[in-house]
Amino acid sequence: MKQQHVRNIAQLGIKELYSLLRDPIMLVLIVYAFSFSIYTAATAMPETLHKAPIAVIDEDRSPLSERIVDALYPPYFMPPTRITLSELDARMDAGLDTFALYIPASFQRDVLAGRAPTIQLSVDATRMSQAFTGSGHIQTIVLDQVNEFVRRERTVSIPPVELVLRARFNPELNKSWFGGVMQIINNITMLSIVLTGAALIREREHGTLEHLLVMPVSPFEIMASKVLAMAAVVLVASAFALNVVVRGLMGVPIEGSLPLFFFGAALHLFATTSLGIVLATLARSMPQFGMLLLMVLLPLQMLSGGSTPRESMPEIVQFVMLAAPNTHFVLLSQGILYRGAGLEVVWPQLISLAVIGSILFMFSLARFRKTLASTE
Amino acid sequence: MNSAAAPVVRMQGVGLRYGKAQALRDIDLDIPAGVMAGLIGPDGVGKSSLLALVSGVRALQDGRIEVLGGDMASARFRAHVSPRIAYMPQGLGKNLYPTLSVMENVDFFGRLFGHDRAERKRRIGTLLAATGLTPFADRPAGKLSGGMKQKLGLCCALIHDPELLILDEPTTGVDPLSRRQFWALIDDIRAERPGMSVLVATGYMEEAGRFDWLVAMDAGRVLATGAPAELLASTGSTTLEQAFIALLPEEKRAGYRPVEIVPHAADADTEIAIEARDLTMRFGDFTAVDGVNFRIRRGEIFGFLGSNGCGKTTTMKMLTGLLPPTQGEALLFGKPLDANDLATRRRVGFMTQSFSLYSELTVRQNLMLHARLFGLPEADIEPRVQAMAERFDLLDILDALPDALPLGDRQRLSLAVAMIHGPEMLILDEPTSGVDPVARDAFWRALIELSRRDGVTIFISTHFMNEAERCDRISLMHAGGVLVSDKPQAIVAARGAPTLEDAFIAYLQEAASEAPPEPARPTPASAGAGPAAFAHAANRSFSLRRLFSYTLRESLELRRDPIRLTLAVLGSILLMLVLGYGITLDVEDLAYAVLDHDQTSISRDYSLSLSGSRYFSERAPLANYDELDRRMRAGEISLAIEIPPGFGRDLLHGRPVQISAWIDGAMPTRAETVRGYVQGIHQHWLSRRLREALGETAVVPLATVETRFRYNPDVRSLPAMVPAVIPLLLMLIPAILAALSVVREKEMGSIINFYVTPSTRLEFLLGKQIPYVVLAMASFLLLVLMAVVLFRVPVTGSFAALALGALLYVISSTAFGLLISTFVRSQVAALFGTSILTILPAVQFSGLIDPVGSLEGAGRLIGNIFPTTYFVIISRGTFSKALEFSDLQSSFVPLLISIPTLIGLTAMLLRKQQR
Repeated sequence: MKQQHVRNIAQLGIKELYSLLRDPIMLVLIVYAFSFSIYTAATAMPETLHKAPIAVIDEDRSPLSERIVDALYPPYFMPPTRITLSELDARMDAGLDTFALYIPASFQRDVLAGRAPTIQLSVDATRMSQAFTGSGHIQTIVLDQVNEFVRRERTVSIPPVELVLRARFNPELNKSWFGGVMQIINNITMLSIVLTGAALIREREHGTLEHLLVMPVSPFEIMASKVLAMAAVVLVASAFALNVVVRGLMGVPIEGSLPLFFFGAALHLFATTSLGIVLATLARSMPQFGMLLLMVLLPLQMLSGGSTPRESMPEIVQFVMLAAPNTHFVLLSQGILYRGAGLEVVWPQLISLAVIGSILFMFSLARFRKTLASTE
Repeated sequence: MNSAAAPVVRMQGVGLRYGKAQALRDIDLDIPAGVMAGLIGPDGVGKSSLLALVSGVRALQDGRIEVLGGDMASARFRAHVSPRIAYMPQGLGKNLYPTLSVMENVDFFGRLFGHDRAERKRRIGTLLAATGLTPFADRPAGKLSGGMKQKLGLCCALIHDPELLILDEPTTGVDPLSRRQFWALIDDIRAERPGMSVLVATGYMEEAGRFDWLVAMDAGRVLATGAPAELLASTGSTTLEQAFIALLPEEKRAGYRPVEIVPHAADADTEIAIEARDLTMRFGDFTAVDGVNFRIRRGEIFGFLGSNGCGKTTTMKMLTGLLPPTQGEALLFGKPLDANDLATRRRVGFMTQSFSLYSELTVRQNLMLHARLFGLPEADIEPRVQAMAERFDLLDILDALPDALPLGDRQRLSLAVAMIHGPEMLILDEPTSGVDPVARDAFWRALIELSRRDGVTIFISTHFMNEAERCDRISLMHAGGVLVSDKPQAIVAARGAPTLEDAFIAYLQEAASEAPPEPARPTPASAGAGPAAFAHAANRSFSLRRLFSYTLRESLELRRDPIRLTLAVLGSILLMLVLGYGITLDVEDLAYAVLDHDQTSISRDYSLSLSGSRYFSERAPLANYDELDRRMRAGEISLAIEIPPGFGRDLLHGRPVQISAWIDGAMPTRAETVRGYVQGIHQHWLSRRLREALGETAVVPLATVETRFRYNPDVRSLPAMVPAVIPLLLMLIPAILAALSVVREKEMGSIINFYVTPSTRLEFLLGKQIPYVVLAMASFLLLVLMAVVLFRVPVTGSFAALALGALLYVISSTAFGLLISTFVRSQVAALFGTSILTILPAVQFSGLIDPVGSLEGAGRLIGNIFPTTYFVIISRGTFSKALEFSDLQSSFVPLLISIPTLIGLTAMLLRKQQR
């Protein structure tokens, strides 16, 4: 009997794979998700400062002020627009400039006389990404130019305490490392839900589900076969993506143990494929499934810590998201892939994933049985 | 026959193909006016395609069609003639709106044809009374029985007094009594309006006998035309079904043998295969099956006869264990049926009406899979599959995919699949629906052989009378109950009726007189008006009444669709929460630890300066590098500060010292922010320190840069993101909903109503758009409320300017959704296509993250024409920059331009016919 159990799951699983093989849209989606999508997500992560529009109000018109204006050049900045003070407010209001630098009259003279004049930098802080890094950048440029200009006139003492900043695990803070791996994680979640849910809905829409149920096959076997087959597909595809696209093509170094990562991914897939079944039992048709997907997938991806750090979210959100498998999977993946963490570090995540997965699987099995019973 | 009159439809050389499939070939046909003309033939021969061409629903490809004296290829003529034609498509209630009530459905059609309130009331009253639907006026169309749906469809078709009534299989799946009532209704209407021509397609040959004139069709061609009597005479047949088979081309008739029924040699001792005892199934307060009893002996062919929705399928599901009965029990081979007993499933084979095969698996793979699932020993599988393929004549198609096969082949494959494990009993749910008579008879010969030779018990449901006659015994089923069970001949004899159908109707009438009334025979139907007074009131030009009829209907439908409504109302709120909290880039309470080799008051002062800020929160100090490495690897700390030995001493002596900071670079954006903060705090500490140590005058910087963060002085994410997320959400969700609203109609088939009624494209589009604009404005108000109350981002500028901008913007975004709907076919494609086409430009190219001016190439071009760009400016201006309408004028202009552009483009691309 046990043996027949396993045989049935295997047979149905193979059937799922055949079905997938004959579904061009899903195949294209898988290939796209694990190649182009990752590559573009990684390389298209915008450099935060790129062609930022800046205006300059230069009332000094001295060699030093010219020097400063000349130092603001592409690709970080657009060529600076020279404006007058009276234009400033209107231009900022209209969003024409992110930055406006005001160099007061007799700036050079005051610098040389040691009167420490002030340059004003106005920043449109509604443009978060440019505003924050850009203002620091401009400040450094201005001060560097001033220092260098003055150094020719007299010697300047170096600051007595130097701060040496080093980034661990990604020394150059290369964004494509982060973008590429996080995209794999997002796509693992997305595809596993879509594939399993769509497989169940397709079967129900074609009427073949009932057909299976009159055979000596139990709902558990049907569901387990879908969960296993789709998880296997996603696992293989993500292994390909991680090894070929991320490590090979993009040259991102992976620190930790890949077997451990894929073990974690398998546990995560156990949870998300079950979630796919739950959604498919809630939706009556493919379009409804799509709408549910939209409302479930985005929170899972955005709030799991995969795109922005968890600690900057409100505590209630952090707490609620502990129930989502993604949160643990993101923690685990970042630990293993970036920081080379081992089992001794990630075991709590593995346990959480196993628990969430089991609960979701039991719940989806219960829902699956229930919807089968109430089909009209 | 008034063949002298001009034909109502004239076709010359008409052909039609769908991709590779040729649906109609070179048809020349004149259909006489003022008669009831019938198209006969099985499913898939081109009847529906022909009717769709005549009604103008489908665009003409080859040849010429004249209807009511004009050329159907001309859009002008179609617009002019559409109020004179009525079309009822195939499928029960296909052109109805299932969530709308009977009254609302008819009312919608009345509005489309431009009747005023009083006129509509009068017409609807007469029509509902004539069809007996008056008591059900408030019932949703989706909850009507098949017969009632068809009557409602007829009401909707007749509301405008058409001259040509086109009915595509109006009685398929309807019980015989309702069928008879339906035809009586049509007769009454024709008596009222003798000039009206009726064109009907049907698969029931018996029914076609009552028509005036017939067209027999097969494989996209016309086989013969003429009055029923002429067809019978020319083929020398007694029934139309025989006549039809005789008319078929030679190769199709090859191998045709009439079905011969060997009587079943049953006696009282034969084992009982299935027994139903008081089987009852209730869904909520609806009783689908009510106390059904029967006993079937081994080897018997037992038929279940009844209309769609009478409980046949539900009964069969209970017998297979798919549904546990609410009451009563089913016995299989003498044992109570246990859904969990997999062993009994091995003794039963099951075949459903949809031939549930895996269309992704080949014929062979389908057979193999089922053999394996039934646990046949691996060695036996190959020969068994071979044997089944031989027996059911599948050898030539073993490697074909089921979808590529004709219906008849699929049906045999289904039977082979059901028989693969050699069951003792077969349960067949309408196995022959849609299959042509020749294949049907071949199928029956296979069934009879199984029953008589192999002793297989067969339980079959059907709605064909002639099939029922072939069964050993039948049960007549209606409204969940069995009316009578006996041998077919005995049933006919007991009622003294001429045919089985008459006997069935007699039983139905008897049941109806006992049960609460489904309306008895209607009063004569005066469909509507007196002579042609209102006949062609509908005109071509733009009509607000028609526009609002679409608005009204769309709103009603939306209100009754929980999932779409949830998406519309809760979707944007949910996403606002997610994005508001999810896009935040603020770093707060970041965990850090200090590796202090110095342990002096100065080094402690340094680390205090970090913990004093809101950005960092200190953890237990580090003892050594190993610990630093371990805790950072575990993600416990994101920043580590190392203070070297002798830091305090060196600092006091003015010797250069180095402080090291390690930042967790796993998340680069965060790391950059952290780096900025650490640098800032370091500088701040340094200057404070120097001032304290060396006095105010010692350090004078050469110059300072004073940074003023405008509009968002704390540089926090929420005030920056919230005004940008609102435009994103007001693009995404309204566009999806608007796109779905059109594509849904394409998928459900109700878009046909737009094709065949005199509505213009603009009426249709604007009418459907209005509810979504209203809904989007409601969610705009909710989003602003959330921004102000929940996220504490106030509107500092003019709210009126913001609201006006939002109104223009959502008109634009819903129009964008409508535009997308013109080139996608399925709801799923609409959903994901719209998501991608809105999210990408809105997020990347509309100034949400980087200003449009910072973009390059295509991104910049898209950013400049995409409406989101301008609403982002308005939203940020009014939320953060305290701007008034006058400051933002230039951003309203592009929004104003986008609306007519998008709607105009959509109207141009929207088709008024199927292609």
